[in-house]
Amino acid sequence: MSAPAPRFRIGDVVRVDSRMALGHCRTPFFLRGKTGVIVGIQGAFHDPEKLAYHKPGLPRQVLYKVRFKQSDLWPNYRGKPHDHLEADIYEHWLMRISAEARSDSHAA
Amino acid sequence: MPHDDHDHHHEHSHEHGGQPYRHPFQRDHDADPASPYEVLEQAIRELLIEKGILTSEEIYAQVDLMDSRSPALGAKVVARAWVDPAFKDRLLANTRAALAELGIDIGSLADFRVVENTADVHNVIVCTLCSCYPKMLLGIPPAWYKSLAYRSRVVVDPRGVLREFGLELPDHVEVRVHDSTADLRYFVLPRRPEGTEGWSEEQLASIVTRDCMIGTAVPVEPATSAAAE
Repeated sequence: MSAPAPRFRIGDVVRVDSRMALGHCRTPFFLRGKTGVIVGIQGAFHDPEKLAYHKPGLPRQVLYKVRFKQSDLWPNYRGKPHDHLEADIYEHWLMRISAEARSDSHAA
Repeated sequence: MPHDDHDHHHEHSHEHGGQPYRHPFQRDHDADPASPYEVLEQAIRELLIEKGILTSEEIYAQVDLMDSRSPALGAKVVARAWVDPAFKDRLLANTRAALAELGIDIGSLADFRVVENTADVHNVIVCTLCSCYPKMLLGIPPAWYKSLAYRSRVVVDPRGVLREFGLELPDHVEVRVHDSTADLRYFVLPRRPEGTEGWSEEQLASIVTRDCMIGTAVPVEPATSAAAE
């Protein structure tokens, strides 16, 4: 079984879908609708939303490491402007906003 | 062997709150009566055995495997990475293979990633959705790691939570929270403290605590560490 080809590349700016999902899913509510940058492509994994209901979890979903600015997540963030949060998000929850990261704020 | 081949009698034990246990097992504690989740776990475990999906022996073997894991294992990995830059590179590039070099099998359930603390970045691990944790390297997680308070607060106010752990980070350091949302388990490679030049791997491992690998602590400088003797 060949692995699905990733639709996104490292550096792509993406938004996490804000849909309501019934049942089990691995996309935290606090990240839905938020914008971040792809910083890693983690491989393809069986779809947890199907696995949870005894389905084979196919097709496999590409998993991405997405980096968010903390100040984009929380309006009253009490830390520093250069603080970040990273989470692993499956491809079917992501939409591309633009193909280039904002170089000022998301540098590793 | 399949459960049906057992020739033991299905005697019912009634010593714990009158609940019948068809298969002997060790309770971790003597809470009585059992919580609803305990009863549910017992029922599912009994069914898995009855249907021949798992054997009691397999369940015990898995419990033994988990009990064999502790933060000492992770500390050994960190110490090796500190003294062997080539190993550190391999650990960051392919964690599973590098751990296998040290005889550590992380199993097939989840893959591992290492995040490295630097002079500019401090990493901290959480699982906001449940309690994902690098158990195969660090053993059973501390209760606070699974608490709603830690899981919700460390993403909103990481610097405040770290301060409560006694860790005050300089303003210029980026705090990077890693939410273990999916199939990967994270652990932190802390920075080697100044003043540990010439230490053996065993000495170095002794200052790497569990919390250092979660990211809620950093290894203590040798001046205040018992390992500095």
